Amino acid sequence: MSRTAVVIFPGSNCDQDALWALGPDATPVWHQEEHLPADTAAVILPGGFAYGDYLRAGALARFSPIMADVRRAADAGMPVLGICNGFQVLCEAGMLPGALARNADIAFHCQTVSVEVTDADTAWTAGLRRGERLRLPIAHGEGRYWAPDLAGVRVAFRYAGENPNGSLESIAGVSNRAGNVVGLMPHPERAASEILGGTDGLRIRGAARAALR
Amino acid sequence: MKFTAEVRVHYRPGTLDPQGQAVLRAIHSMGLPAVEDVRVGKSIRLTVEAADAEAARALITRLARDLLANPVLEDYGVEVHA
Repeated sequence: MSRTAVVIFPGSNCDQDALWALGPDATPVWHQEEHLPADTAAVILPGGFAYGDYLRAGALARFSPIMADVRRAADAGMPVLGICNGFQVLCEAGMLPGALARNADIAFHCQTVSVEVTDADTAWTAGLRRGERLRLPIAHGEGRYWAPDLAGVRVAFRYAGENPNGSLESIAGVSNRAGNVVGLMPHPERAASEILGGTDGLRIRGAARAALR
Repeated sequence: MKFTAEVRVHYRPGTLDPQGQAVLRAIHSMGLPAVEDVRVGKSIRLTVEAADAEAARALITRLARDLLANPVLEDYGVEVHA
């Protein structure tokens, strides 16, 4: 059986939600491990505050021992998804283009937003349709996407309607050129149950499962 | 030789600095409209062992570029003292 590894950094706090949303397909991996489990078919870097956001959000997590193997796996084409703080980590590690700056209005935004799929050909958006909208929660203080040049940046998700954080061109998520590494600020794992407000996040899980096959 | 260094990191000019803007509004509410702009950054102090000031500066500059600042968003300045 192939599994999705959910990396837990000191300060991650959405790892259990991601594991719950993924069910038996997922396994936790502590950041001090040097290798992903042999049956790993996809990797999730969850939300939270890895290393307390010390220095900058995501800046120190790239030095965690597991990250060398995550990078190797990504280079070999394995699907890697960074959610919120995981997105910040992937940008700081240079595995995704751009950076995430302090929200334009300085407020921490905790709300449900509409997100449009702008690229349905990434490993994590396969199975979704370009232009379709998902209702997903956001919860971040540093989600303002910025890149000096968007040429060559594959935008996977945009905020539909209000841009909650001042992101460049309302960008909510991007992928690497190959499309296997994706980062997004919204939390699909927090939209995984009707009683918690919706299940649109599971459609990204569905896409991950499709990518695993 | 031991050197002390200070690296100062700020959002690049032209990049919105929401912290600076919030502090600026606070200053204006103190009745001080003469203050026109505020940029909030961070200061990181390091102590290093190096052969000379030039070697210390090269090391600190590399650290500033590769870790202490994120050049996508931020500028940095390096000061080295014996």
